[in-house]
Parts: sequence; C-alpha cells; structure tokens
Amino acid sequence: MKMMKKTLLAASVAALASSAAMANVSDGKVKIGVLADMGGVYADICGQGCVTATQMAVEDFGGTVLGMPIEVISADDQLKPDVGSAIVRKWVENEEVDAVGGLVSSAVVGAATKVTTDAKKIALISTAASNAFTTKSCSPYNVHWTYNVAALANGTVKPMVEAGQKKWFFITADYAFGHALEGVASKVINDNGGEVVGVARAPLSTTDFSSYILQAQSSGADVVALANAGNDTVNALKAAAEFGLTQMMDVAGLLVFTPNAQAMDPKVAGGMRTTTGFYWDYDDQTREWSKRFMERHGSIPAMGHAGAYSMTMHYLKAIEAAGTDDSDAVMKKMKEMKPDDFFARNATLRADGRMVHDMYYVEIKKSDERRDSNDIFKVISVIPGDQAYAPMLPECNFK
Amino acid sequence: MATFLGINLFGLFGQLLVGLINGSFYALLSLGLAIIFGLLKIINFAQGAMYMLGAFAAWLALQYLGLNYWAALVVVPLAVGLVGVLMERFLIRPIANEDHLYSLLLTFGVALMLQGVFTHMYGSSGLSYSIPEALSGGTKLPFMYLPDYRAWIICASVVVCGLTWWMIEKTKLGAYLRAGTENPQLMQAFGINVPLIVTLTFGFGVGLAGLAGVMAAPIYSVSPDMGSNLLIVVFAIVVIGGMGSIGGAILTGLAMGVIEGLTKYFYPEASNTVIFLVMVIVLLLKPAGLFGKEA
Repeated sequence: MKMMKKTLLAASVAALASSAAMANVSDGKVKIGVLADMGGVYADICGQGCVTATQMAVEDFGGTVLGMPIEVISADDQLKPDVGSAIVRKWVENEEVDAVGGLVSSAVVGAATKVTTDAKKIALISTAASNAFTTKSCSPYNVHWTYNVAALANGTVKPMVEAGQKKWFFITADYAFGHALEGVASKVINDNGGEVVGVARAPLSTTDFSSYILQAQSSGADVVALANAGNDTVNALKAAAEFGLTQMMDVAGLLVFTPNAQAMDPKVAGGMRTTTGFYWDYDDQTREWSKRFMERHGSIPAMGHAGAYSMTMHYLKAIEAAGTDDSDAVMKKMKEMKPDDFFARNATLRADGRMVHDMYYVEIKKSDERRDSNDIFKVISVIPGDQAYAPMLPECNFK
Repeated sequence: MATFLGINLFGLFGQLLVGLINGSFYALLSLGLAIIFGLLKIINFAQGAMYMLGAFAAWLALQYLGLNYWAALVVVPLAVGLVGVLMERFLIRPIANEDHLYSLLLTFGVALMLQGVFTHMYGSSGLSYSIPEALSGGTKLPFMYLPDYRAWIICASVVVCGLTWWMIEKTKLGAYLRAGTENPQLMQAFGINVPLIVTLTFGFGVGLAGLAGVMAAPIYSVSPDMGSNLLIVVFAIVVIGGMGSIGGAILTGLAMGVIEGLTKYFYPEASNTVIFLVMVIVLLLKPAGLFGKEA
C-alpha cells in the first residue's frame, strides 16, 4: 500500500512536471499588454505612442517568436492605481498576458508591479520615474528600462554642483514622484559639497507658480531646480521667465520630456539643461528609428516611446534564446544578453532589473538655434550608465 | 532687510502683490460663473472648458489667421460667447425646467467632450503662446520685480469687472436681467423677451471665460486640462461670495487670491485646500455666502 502511494505520488509529480513543461510552450502565443495613459496629462509621453512603439518592435521582430504569434493589447490606466492594477490582474489571470509594458505614472506602476510579481509575470517599465521598482519595491520580475530619478539627479545636478553652483532651491511637485526626485537630488548636492537653501512643495497641477518664484528669488540660491513634470514644469518655467528669475539664477528642469519641451516657448526655455534617456536627433541610428515612429505616430518620440520599443525587442530576443516564454527563464536570458540597439548604448540589464545605459545631458535650444519645431535639444555630453545610475542594492540582487 | 517677527517684510509685500494679481484673475474668472450660476441658476460645469477654449482659440487665431494677442482679446471672447449662445439655445434650454442636476450633468459632459477632443487633436502637453512684445518688460519695485503683463492683468480685470458690475447693478438692461431671473412670468407679461435675455446673458458669461482664457494663454500652459484645474476653485469663490452677488464674487476673488498667496508663502502644501477651508467656514457661519442675500 505504502509502495502504491509512493508510485502514485511519483506519477502525479511527473504529470505535474510535464504539464508545467507544456505550459512553458505557453498558450500558443506571446501576449504583451501595454498599460498607458491614453487621455490624461501623460498621454503624449506614454499613451498611444507606447502602444505604437511596442507594435513596431513586434513587427520588426517578425510577428512571431518560436513559431508562436505575438499579440499586443492595450488599456488606459486613467492614471489611477486601482484601475491600472485591476486591468493588469485581469490580463495576467484571465487573458494569459505574458508581460506588461508601457507603465507610465509611478503610482500606477507601483500597484501594477505588485500584481505582476505575485503572478510571476514580467513588468517592462518604460516611462515611470521612481527608482523604487529596483530598490525598495524591487522584484525578480521588474525590468526598468528608460531612466529613473537617480539618473536624472546625477545627470543634471552633479555637473552643475561640480561647476561651482553650490546653493540650490527646489520647487517640488508635492507627491511621491516629486519627493523622490527632490530626495535623490538633495543627496547628490550634499555629497558634492553643495547645500539646499530652500524648498517649496507645490501641489500637483498648480497653475500659478509666481509665489514660489518670488521665494526662490529671495533665497539667494545659484540654481532653482524644478522637481516636477509636465504642465507643472511648463507653468513654473513660464513664471520664472516672466518674473526675471532666469536672468538672476539658473533653472534646472530635472525631468523634461520632449513633448513638454516642445510646448515651451524657446525664448523662455532656451538654455535650460536637463537629462534624458534618449534624444531622437542624436545620430543616424536614432534618426532612422524616430523617422519611422514619426510616420506612424505623427510626432517625434519621447524617451519612453523609444524605451518601449527597445525593451520589447530585448524581451522577444530573450524568449527566442530561452526557447520558452516562461518568466523565470526569460528574465534570466534578458539579464544575460546585452541590450544593444539605437536606444540602449553600452547597456546591461542588471540583476536588480535596472537597465543601465548611456544617458544624455542636454540643453534646450534657443529660438535662433532651431531648424524647426522638432529641433529641441543640444546634446552637451553623454553620461556613462554607471555614473548615472545608483549601484545595485544587495537585497535586490536577483540572479 | 526689514523684518517683523522674523518674517521678511519685503518678501511678504511681494507675496501680497502676487496674491492680488492672482486674485484679480480669479475675480475675472468667477465673474462669468457668478452671472451664470448666481443669476441664471445654471450650474455650468463647462465654464472651465470655455476658459480652455479661449486660450486655445487665441493660439489657433495666431497660428492660422495671424491674429495677434490684441485682436484675439476682442475676437475670441465673441467667438466663445457664440459657442455659449448655441449651447444655451440647443442644449440647456430643452432641459431648463428639469432639476438643476440635469444641466450640471449636461455641461459636465460637454466639458469632458471638449477636453477629450482637444487632447486628441493637440495632445496633453500643451502649446506655447508668447507674451505680447509690448508687455514683455517689467518694473523693478523696491521689494520685487513686477512684470508688465501682470500689471496689465490687474488693470484689465478691474475695468472688466467694474463695467460688468455697473451694467448688471446700475443699468436698465441689468434691471431687466435681474427681474427676469427673479420672476420670469411677470417680466414676460410685461412684454420682455426673457428667453432671449437668458441666452444672451449665458453667452456673455461664457464669453468672459473665453476672455480669461486669452489673458491666461501667455502666462500659463495652454493645455486641455487647464480649465478643469481651476473650475472647482472658481465655484468655491462664487459660493463664498454669495449666489447672485456680482460684487461679492469680484471681492471674494481678490480676497481668495491674497489668502492663497499667503498660504503659498507660509505653508505651500495647503495652498490648494485653503480656499475650500474658507468655503466650509463661511457656509457654516453664513450659509448664503459673504455678500449673498439671505433666502
């Protein structure tokens, strides 16, 4: 009897194992769900454009991997964490989605990656800024591709402090993203012998920044750092120019996406420096891809769009190399293989899921330097990935 | 530097002036709503979208018709006002006798649709509109640098608010309007075309939002959600000022600008809540609003 039990057990384990092996060849297709902001403030940064970029990668890959078709589906997170995580849960539990791409707002991504991690599905994060996904909420299934707050702070703040601009004033968006950005940037300032002389935390979607600009003016700072994004940056910068702040001190936009830079008057924004993970007009390779994207999407790619393409391509290559779409095997391959394309230069995907690659320290062009409305940035220097990104935390080392 | 109780007085003066500038802008914005909401009793949630429409119209006029800022100041409010007239005539009038909730939901729907259309056509990151050449300078005051454009906002707002107040409170036309909203049947019996007055008043109120939009375009980001961010604040101002009181809305707009400005100085984190705090206190102590007539 005992013998019988053992045999039965062995048989069922074998059956389970073989069904697991069957599952490795998956449901007969590879399905990528793109979660993005289709109609909100980040729609230009990673909305339909992220879907288009993901589709372009699938088409360029050939539409199939390991003989299985690749399918891209998409949904609008409405910038709400509860909506985003509910969609992702439906995707991974009922619709056999293998990886979730897009992923814009840090708040939504925080909620969505909890679901993907629980379900052991891969989160391909293109546009979110927070560094939490590879630090305090790191996961073996997170891949953070384009940039993060640490890279922005190291890229923009460090060279300015080293050049002798020691006193800083922050105008910070008063929520998780702004606080994170201000935090890492302050650390960079203090570590390099500078000091933070003041902080004004403006609520998200503040229309009038003139009051904060006056505070910055009387602070005696060398640089005013804008630790915000989107329309908040545009409005803050407009007020800075209007109240003559830009003539008194430097303004550093810590996070400026190309669509936002396009929305700024060159007379106002010209000369401001920032850090980006990608610029479309950097060289022939970036121009070639960007031209194709422009034909499809109608506007130049923001860094998240290029990142979405690049990470999707890397993901598909890893499936091919692994011979399966099983998340653990694919993650292992993704980390083994070096990403290398028009976007990912001198790149590695670290064990913590952070993709470390060259970043670009850029200056927004003045009116007389621009050929046309797409001619926005002048690349000042290339920042090697290991200088831009913070080192890996030991507790996030998922080999 | 002059200080009082550890507060930098120069800084404080600057903040007060900036508050006053924002207040005059709030006054201009709440004026249109005070007329539509306060007099016509229509809860127009599309007022923010009309403000956005004004700013976009200024940009479109410059881009495609070559109309500069000054021409836009005249043309755009008329065009936006016309949109308001059409909206009142064909959308709001048919449900005028229903509960107020209907017009609230209808105008909210219109606002969402307009916002969606503009996001679709022009994206969410906004467009750039320069300050007109003549107003791009500034004056150095002892305690701050005052940009000419902001000085212009105060002047324009005072003139527009003053004229509107005078028109509604002191002229025959205004008397017809107030009487027509108070007792439409009686006025109609006197041979006054009340529906026409209502339509034109609605158009005028919406046109004022368009004007505020043009004035905002050079200093704030011209983006589809610019109106929705301000709308609730403006509603709060009209409620604090008192329903039906034009003067109340103007004075409250100014006062709220100053209060918000001081909050931004002392505790910026609360700057988007302070107006609502005032609203709660006012409603508890004086439910009809500061300048409203007790019902």
